[in-house]
Amino acid sequence: MIPVKTEETQEILQAVIIRFVGDSGDGMQLTGTQFSDTSAMFGNDVATFPNYPAEIRAPQGSLYGVSGYQVHIGSVEISTPGDEVDLLVAMNPAGLKTNLQAVKPGHTIIVDTDAFTKKNLDKASYTTNPLEDGSLTNYRVIEVTMTSLTKEALKDVQGLDNKTITRSKNMFALGMVYWMYHRSTDHTIDFFKKKFKSNPEIIEANTKVLNAGYYFAETLELIPNAYTITPAKMAKGTYRIIMGNTATAWGFLAAAEKSGLELFLGSYPITPASDILHELVKHKHFGVKTLQAEDEIAGITSAIGASFAGDLAITTTSGPGLALKGEALGLAMMIELPLVVVDVQRGGPSTGLPTKTEQSDLLQAMYGRNGESPIIVLAASTPANCFNFAYEAAKLTLEHMTPVLLLTDGYIANGSTPWKIQSVDDLPEIKNNRIKERKDNWHPYDRDEDSLARYWAVPGTPGLEHRVGGLEKDRVTGNVSYDPENHEYMVKIRAEKIKRVQNYIPDQTTEFADSGDLLVIGWGGTYGSLHSAVKHLHEEGHANIGFTHFNYINPLPKNTESILKKFKKIVVCELNSGQFVKILKTNFYGYNFLQYNKIQGLPFANNELMEHFKQLAT
Amino acid sequence: METTAVKEYTYKDFASDQEVRWCPGCDDYVILRSMQKALPEMGLKKEDVVFISGIGCSSRFPYYMDTYGMHSIHGRATAIASGVKLANHNLSVWVITGDGDSMAIGGNHFIHVLRRNLDLNIVLFNNEIYGLTKGQFSPTSLVGQKTKSSPYGNTQPPFSAGELAIGARARFFARIGGNTPKEMTDIFIASEKYKGTSLIEVLQNCPIFNDGCFSKYTDKEVREDRQLYVEHGKPMIFGKTKDKGLVLNGLKLEVVTLGENGITQEDLLVHNAKIEDPTLHQMLVRLEYPMVTGIIRSFEDVTFEEREDALTAQVKANSRFTKTDDLFFSGDIYEVK
Repeated sequence: MIPVKTEETQEILQAVIIRFVGDSGDGMQLTGTQFSDTSAMFGNDVATFPNYPAEIRAPQGSLYGVSGYQVHIGSVEISTPGDEVDLLVAMNPAGLKTNLQAVKPGHTIIVDTDAFTKKNLDKASYTTNPLEDGSLTNYRVIEVTMTSLTKEALKDVQGLDNKTITRSKNMFALGMVYWMYHRSTDHTIDFFKKKFKSNPEIIEANTKVLNAGYYFAETLELIPNAYTITPAKMAKGTYRIIMGNTATAWGFLAAAEKSGLELFLGSYPITPASDILHELVKHKHFGVKTLQAEDEIAGITSAIGASFAGDLAITTTSGPGLALKGEALGLAMMIELPLVVVDVQRGGPSTGLPTKTEQSDLLQAMYGRNGESPIIVLAASTPANCFNFAYEAAKLTLEHMTPVLLLTDGYIANGSTPWKIQSVDDLPEIKNNRIKERKDNWHPYDRDEDSLARYWAVPGTPGLEHRVGGLEKDRVTGNVSYDPENHEYMVKIRAEKIKRVQNYIPDQTTEFADSGDLLVIGWGGTYGSLHSAVKHLHEEGHANIGFTHFNYINPLPKNTESILKKFKKIVVCELNSGQFVKILKTNFYGYNFLQYNKIQGLPFANNELMEHFKQLAT
Repeated sequence: METTAVKEYTYKDFASDQEVRWCPGCDDYVILRSMQKALPEMGLKKEDVVFISGIGCSSRFPYYMDTYGMHSIHGRATAIASGVKLANHNLSVWVITGDGDSMAIGGNHFIHVLRRNLDLNIVLFNNEIYGLTKGQFSPTSLVGQKTKSSPYGNTQPPFSAGELAIGARARFFARIGGNTPKEMTDIFIASEKYKGTSLIEVLQNCPIFNDGCFSKYTDKEVREDRQLYVEHGKPMIFGKTKDKGLVLNGLKLEVVTLGENGITQEDLLVHNAKIEDPTLHQMLVRLEYPMVTGIIRSFEDVTFEEREDALTAQVKANSRFTKTDDLFFSGDIYEVK
């Protein structure tokens, strides 16, 4: 073991990455959330990422039952949950075994030694006890008899069963970490008071254990120097910590209120998108209508029905569900009604890796329908901006009368970051194409001259009775038409309508450098990783690297090519084997698009990106 | 829906300017005309009527109605109609579907829409064949039936629409021959009045691919003898001379002749469409002689939208949020200065 420094100095750090790991029943998600919330309130920038097994309750102590929660906090801008960790809190041997490789050498591991029994070591496939066999000499290991200390702390509290006592040991760990990083326990104690309102002995027990951990850390001589992370410089405002899926749901709530429409969600449960359904179903007080449908197809088709009848209609899913929705999405495109489809991407193909992240649905989003059926495709890039792009998806679908497909992914959907709360009053206006009365010579397929959007005539409006459907439409009357020239005209005008959305979306921007040797291109949920890699390179003096990240995928921003021209090399980075690069290649000729791809169900790591970009830029 | 402000319509008001393109002699014409005649009797505003269809011959129906309508994709009309109704409860929403559309490709939506009990009207054109794709067997085709896709005879046992529907908790089920427009019109009107999902199975002859499929029940010469048209509260009596009736013998329905063995009208079953227990309704649906038509089941139950609305009102009453800002700025928020 590395000897611990004894000076009473405080180390001031810019950022720290902490990972809490234990059994799926050990409360690691709660522990991590409490630490990140407290840090955010202290003024740190934070990013988090939960990592839990697909099994709901995997066998206790098993390697595949390990549940983890990673928190990255900083006094500087934090854009990802981070790669290697500074502190690992391992509640059992399985947690230690599966996460040790993520700990930076020389850094700290806190273990609950009470959990390192022969039985648990066997379950974790340890032949010898790692705490005794010298395999952890590269780390600062803090051994704490956490379970015993928790029991001791609670010996005077009445009315607790053994299970409840043992289960509160996660609060002991949290108390220790709070002390190490100079965090107050107040927020968490307030949380107990609200959460267990009707259960005073549980409040007392958790508070006692939390404080016991805090004081234990304070008095324990083995604890390395306490760390301080000062508040980050963030824009002034009111903040909250938000998960990507919640932000997506809230973006739609805001859009419904702003547009004056009622929100309808038709959805079928699927990992990792279900949390959007869980969130929206709570908000009946805003008049939100949700239908948990019998399948993915009924999810989207009920939304199409609601849209026909005048609601802001959405459906949420992940890759396999999007495949099932394809035909109906084509119908929505054909009848030119507003509809937002959210695809929270996960590892594919087929059932793939449901709890892991990937960007492999892009081409499905673009082309996964029969016939030529272009739609708007957007991609959110951080947990917090899922809010903005859900809002933008709703705005574009209503203003342009075409389905919008919003791509997020498991990484940003389950991750959380601070969100500078946006009041609905400050959000851009949303117009819609509703018509309220019959004008002379009205036809269902009349279009707005600029946007080419048709008008929205909703059942219940006198004089506007009309029929829509999946058969090809006459360009004016909307009646069924098999006329060859009309069909070609309609295919082209539907494409032109999407192209013209370019006139309504912001220009593409670059970060760090407007021209130079290397342009790093990304899209969607990889923003944090790519941004921080290029930022670090700039801090190291590589001023010749620029970065541009796409949120608008179809259509692409108008000025895209002007950015490409200004760099000698271009590298397109994606968590797939190269899908966005195909889109760029079909749109822009004469460029040598290099690729950087990763298909492991994991986000990009900072080091791999920096190394690769450095090589390309020199 | 207000009835006072409704103007007087005739069937012509509900006919669109589109030329009807079904095959000559198809029962679909009868259904279309019966619907156009029923609508003026319903006290609805024209703009409040919506027809949603899937794919198949029947599904061309909305194009011929001068109301709001959608000709959608195969099997999904019930799900689309559910969204329409949930978005606006004031609308009178009609689903037009066929045996393949509802019970093959759309089977899942079909059973779930019935289970939920939204206030929808579903008209199922059953012709025991795929017409638009030119003659393959459908989920209601009979075993042994020779079709384009079963040249040596169909080996898949059929669904009975009513049996499946009641099994899926349908509260309203009616069956009617495709050549009896007056009764059909009455049933459409009753279906619109009924609150909940109503399913009307029309025994629809396809003169091209399955001609005569129901003729042993529906032909003019035989139908009074072969069909029992049930009405709530009336005894189950049928036959040209009204001499036949149904009694319950143990667990079986039995046809009896009035006047024989001392049987009088008093001994016959009296139709009760409004009971929750579907046992007798299922027996009526399964009967082959006589083929039972009319409103077989019409049990009044809470609708899905009533449950949803009650819940929403309750949540609204107990909520501290009126605007989304109230939510966004609630709970664990903090200031950065």
